[in-house]
Amino acid sequence: MPRFTSENAALADEIIGRYPRPRSAMIPLLHLAQEQDGYVTEDAMEHIAELIGATPAEVLGTASFYEMLKREPVGDYVINVCTNISCLLLGGEELLAHLENRLGVRAGSTTPDGKFTLEDVECIAACTEAPCMQVNYRYFHRVDLGDVDDLLDDLRAGKLAHEVPRHGTLSRVRQRLPEDRAGNAMPEENVEPAWLSHNGTSDEGAAP
Amino acid sequence: MSASGNDKDIPRIVSSRWDLADGHTLERYVDTGGYEALRRAVTSMTPDEITEEVKAASLLGRGGAGFPAGVKWGFCPPGVFPRYLVVNGDESEPGTYKDRVIMERDPHLLIEGSLICCYAVGITQAFLYVRGEMALAQERIAQALNDAYAAGYIGRNILGSDFSVDVVLHWGAGAYIVGEETALIESLEGNRGMPRLKPPYFPAAKGLYMQPTIVNNVETLANLPWIVSNGGAAFADLGAERSLGTRLFAVSGHVNRPGVYEVEFGTTTFRELLYGERYGDGIRHGNELKAFIPGGASAPWLFEEHLDLPVEAGAVGDAGSMLGSGAIVAMDETTDVVKAAWRVVRFFARESCGKCTPCREGATWLERILRRMLDGHGRPSDIDKLLDICDNISPQITWPPKQTTICVLGPSAVSPIASAVMRFRDEFVAYCGGDGEVTVPVLGKAYLSQPPTVGATP
Ligand SMILES: Cc1cc2nc3c(=O)[nH]c(=O)nc-3n(C[C@H](O)[C@H](O)[C@H](O)COP(=O)(O)O)c2cc1C
Ligand code: SF4
Ligand code: FES
Repeated sequence: MPRFTSENAALADEIIGRYPRPRSAMIPLLHLAQEQDGYVTEDAMEHIAELIGATPAEVLGTASFYEMLKREPVGDYVINVCTNISCLLLGGEELLAHLENRLGVRAGSTTPDGKFTLEDVECIAACTEAPCMQVNYRYFHRVDLGDVDDLLDDLRAGKLAHEVPRHGTLSRVRQRLPEDRAGNAMPEENVEPAWLSHNGTSDEGAAP
Repeated sequence: MSASGNDKDIPRIVSSRWDLADGHTLERYVDTGGYEALRRAVTSMTPDEITEEVKAASLLGRGGAGFPAGVKWGFCPPGVFPRYLVVNGDESEPGTYKDRVIMERDPHLLIEGSLICCYAVGITQAFLYVRGEMALAQERIAQALNDAYAAGYIGRNILGSDFSVDVVLHWGAGAYIVGEETALIESLEGNRGMPRLKPPYFPAAKGLYMQPTIVNNVETLANLPWIVSNGGAAFADLGAERSLGTRLFAVSGHVNRPGVYEVEFGTTTFRELLYGERYGDGIRHGNELKAFIPGGASAPWLFEEHLDLPVEAGAVGDAGSMLGSGAIVAMDETTDVVKAAWRVVRFFARESCGKCTPCREGATWLERILRRMLDGHGRPSDIDKLLDICDNISPQITWPPKQTTICVLGPSAVSPIASAVMRFRDEFVAYCGGDGEVTVPVLGKAYLSQPPTVGATP
């Protein structure tokens, strides 16, 4: 049951340093834990609690509110099929039923080989591209039932590793705040920003 | 791009780079005039001058509530710092698809708009809160931020001026309610995403860490570079009444050409968006339109008699609905409205944060009753019961909705039910039997709208 690796613990410190209050790093660190282990383990939640100065129960309290944070192992590929209104009108339920048949599991469960978890989800902001779905949060628009069979085969064969990273990995690009960043705006420091003094003195304000 | 019925040349204010394969890169952004507005702002305009331009533009928030951005910025109490910006990129209202397109295809536009807001309001740290499920948007924004920092557009002494701000990318983890601005702030503080009790009414007074905080939607902020470059008056030349500039609409459902379209705000009609050949291009298979949702799942449905209304906040409000988040969903004659209402209500039942009883219990009961009907076990009393529960969440089922809840998610669950029951009562009777008698008062105008009488003279 892993805590953060030393590399991820260093990254966690960097992430915490972006916020005026360490607790604001809660969700980013939960994502980091999920990226490391595929889901959020109890040990990871304890480690996060230590890092941000919260109790493990508080971390669990937050984590359990959010759908994407899995507290049990899920498949390598989490397939989210939208069945909300725009997709419902254009075959979202049929797509979900087709996947249930092909995978032999009901929405909300994982195939016995641990490859796929199927979910019936709410609108994923691709409504004009209905019916649509995501695999590990990568979009597939205007999906037809034939394409979806090929997609499952390709995923099983590991052919889409580039487009669809393993579950837990969201952005593959990390923001890097440079050394000479502006710095956190600390609530206890009530300082008027320098440039606001231009107000009313615009003619002698900043250089053109 | 120009809206038909109107010979004005309509600029593409927020979608100009959508057709470029590399519109998301810094190089192409700068090539196509990017960061010129920021340069102009910090080198030759005062913060107050920018706020004045935004007020002159009368830029209404594009996130759902439609509050004027310039006015909101003015709610920050004087002399209280630091101030924060939280960019609302949590787009999850069913039917809504436009902020994701901006974030994926033109992330620098959003960043530039956010920087202009920070400069105008005196904000020293911004958080760009992107919906958790949007991995590509997160990647594009992370890359864009890294590049913009390296080029000196963000950070300390931006473009050689004394304007300094950090922009931090943050993302959520799956919860619609986090789009509500105080829930967004709670989530950013590391908590369960539950809306805060009001007052304080405006995060601009007390928001993140109880400091003055501007929460603006992605599309709202994306308008700012154009407004700074062209002036608030040029923006206000477009559109009509309260609804100025251009606006993005996602047209989905049973149309021939679903898509996300930028059109002139306030003058374009629903008919143009659903039937115009450059937009929805008509209902599929030549079918009849049964109903359409004009502004996301929370909005009361509109019908054929509303097609000639302009997409203007006041006009749609007077008709008893709203433009909400710019999401138009067309349902054709084959649609089972009981099922459609059930699916939308299931969304609200699932996404209720659970803080208030009428919403938590009410939405759940509504969902179960509708599910029972669909399963063939409807009871004659169910129709009135549905509305009775609605009345508990939103007394008198009126518009704009009254509420017994902390936020408007509760009343949102009422819209699809009242819309479907009042207009298509026969279909409910077919599921439940009985005479469909309704004793609960329903006052919302859209719910009471009647189909035009065939052959009537105008
Ligand atoms: C339940 C609920 C969900 C919301 N979801 C979003 C959302 O996903 N994106 C958004 O910008 N605004 C959303 N809003 C509106 C925000 O509370 C807020 O009004 C908006 O972000 C302010 O930005 P604007 O003035 O630029 O529109 C939501 C409101 C409610 C009540
Ligand atoms: S109305 Fe619903 S979502 Fe909003 S605060 Fe109350 S319980 Fe939560
Ligand atoms: S309704 Fe399916 S993506 Fe929006």
